[in-house]
Amino acid sequence: MTTDMQDESEIFRGTTTGKTLLRNSRSVRGTPKAGMPAFVLGEELADIADSDPRIVVGTADLASANRTNDFHDRHPDRFVNFSIAERNMITAAAGMASCGMIPYVATFASFSAILAAEQIRTDCAYPNMKVRVLGSHSGMSMGFYGTSHHALEDLAMLRCMAELTVVCATDANHLRAILRASVEHPKAMYIRLGRGRDPVVYDDVPEIEFGRAIRLREGTDLTIIACGSQVRASLDAAEKLAKEGVSVRVVDMFSIDTIDAAEVKAAAETGAILTVEEHNVTGGLGSAVAEVLLDLPRIAFRKHGVPDRYVEVGPPAALYAHYRLDVAGVAEVAKELMARKG
Amino acid sequence: MGLPALEDRAKFIRKETVRLSRIAGAGHYSSTFSCAELLATLYYDQMRIEPGNPDWPARDRFVMSKGHAAIGLYPVMADLGYFDPSELDTYTRLGSKFGDHPDMKKVRGLDFSSGSLGHGLSVGVGMALAGRMQGLDFRTYVMLGDGELSEGQIWEAVNSAGHFGLRNLVAIVDRNGLSIDGHTEEVMSIEPLEERFAAFGWEVQRIDGHDLQAIRDAFDALERADRGKPQVIIADTVKGRGVARMEMSLDWHVGNLVGEDYDDVMAELDAGLKPYEPEAVE
Repeated sequence: MTTDMQDESEIFRGTTTGKTLLRNSRSVRGTPKAGMPAFVLGEELADIADSDPRIVVGTADLASANRTNDFHDRHPDRFVNFSIAERNMITAAAGMASCGMIPYVATFASFSAILAAEQIRTDCAYPNMKVRVLGSHSGMSMGFYGTSHHALEDLAMLRCMAELTVVCATDANHLRAILRASVEHPKAMYIRLGRGRDPVVYDDVPEIEFGRAIRLREGTDLTIIACGSQVRASLDAAEKLAKEGVSVRVVDMFSIDTIDAAEVKAAAETGAILTVEEHNVTGGLGSAVAEVLLDLPRIAFRKHGVPDRYVEVGPPAALYAHYRLDVAGVAEVAKELMARKG
Repeated sequence: MGLPALEDRAKFIRKETVRLSRIAGAGHYSSTFSCAELLATLYYDQMRIEPGNPDWPARDRFVMSKGHAAIGLYPVMADLGYFDPSELDTYTRLGSKFGDHPDMKKVRGLDFSSGSLGHGLSVGVGMALAGRMQGLDFRTYVMLGDGELSEGQIWEAVNSAGHFGLRNLVAIVDRNGLSIDGHTEEVMSIEPLEERFAAFGWEVQRIDGHDLQAIRDAFDALERADRGKPQVIIADTVKGRGVARMEMSLDWHVGNLVGEDYDDVMAELDAGLKPYEPEAVE
């Protein structure tokens, strides 16, 4: 294992390398640079809140890790730190929403989506409260912190909840787009985030619509449908495969629920679909795509993600390589699928 | 509203509970009877509400955290004009707006849905925080069961309300002594309640929850302010109060009165509350 694969896991107090404060390396709106911390959560919400008094932000003792402290700096009266009490935070957010506020409450995905799943269903989705639950450090991006801090089940758990919109942010600009579009969205939302150092996919803030996928690359032999951290890996894998003569379409299926069925059907025309997600292969993006494919003629199809077991500990980059969720791994899996396609 | 009128509305709550339970074929009689006086005083005497304007931003909020007592709340809301009382006849039937646990999307004027115990006080914390941010002086009342005080989320909410100084939040504990499996102090003790709330930074009153004068005095003693201590009224009540066979009985958490039993109970309720005699119950 090489040193550069030993990418560190997130350091809670808001430092990237242990030397540089994230706060001091804030990206420029709309023009993030590769390798720059992509957590623009607090900053973007503060911008939105400048002109919208309904916006309120909460966190559960992770203001530094998820950068909601940037919001606190600008709107202290509309920031609530609930401490390590995630269920209280999410239900209280629903109470705030019932009074006309639009709360964005953020903590690790493992402690929002998984710990407080019932609060999301019963207090946010069911009464149709405009709460935006943000789950950061999703998947196995917490690396060596272990299974307690991984969230590889959140999409499966939440996409079966009615009246809940589930989306994955791909990178900083995409997160900005999601946050802007979320303000007037009429339903409760779960917004799945990476760990804030996500590789860049969008150079500018993209135009988005919930329920509509973004086709990032055209191709005719195979379609890779990916979300979150795996979009960049899939694009790079497609580039690699192109050099070997395989034409790969890449789709950012950021909207998990509602999924873009039309885009899945269009993908089926390439004769092969590979789904790639940093999530358990059971119940997540791959399953959602498969549900659409059930109504179509059989094609070569494979769900790629984390196998249905608790993953090893390790630095995130090493884990991505181990589970073939890095560029080389995705390209390899794609080739295996192409061999089946014949 | 005068005390005799409130007494009449408490009787109305109990009788409607019995009537609606018969439609459903089952009902939470005893949990509703224990909070009948509290509910009547809140809605008919204390809360700042306009039933004709249920979305009024400055209205007081009410959260029925012990959602299984919704059967006693619906008739009050109908009586006050939130919706047509005749709609109650659909209670729990297919497609009804009125389930055993209340749904705010369906019931006009209901401030929040409930049913999963332990959530309501967190809802109240959020409402109180929103009121502060919006500069509105409404008060949020949350009716808690005593059994649900075993839920951990309650104490997250108690802790946060104390920390945030939510004086505009008022919890009412319907301390009726029983949860489904038995006496709370045997199933899972929650006393000493006054000390527990006080330790979390709350201002505590403890009253007889069937004494209308005491209830009114307790509410009158509350302060309508934003910052300060959150306020709790621990109301000692009798589960099943008003129907002798149900008082402190473990058999009547959910039940169904039919035939002569139904008529007998309605007559008993019509006669008004008799002095409570705990030794008579076995």
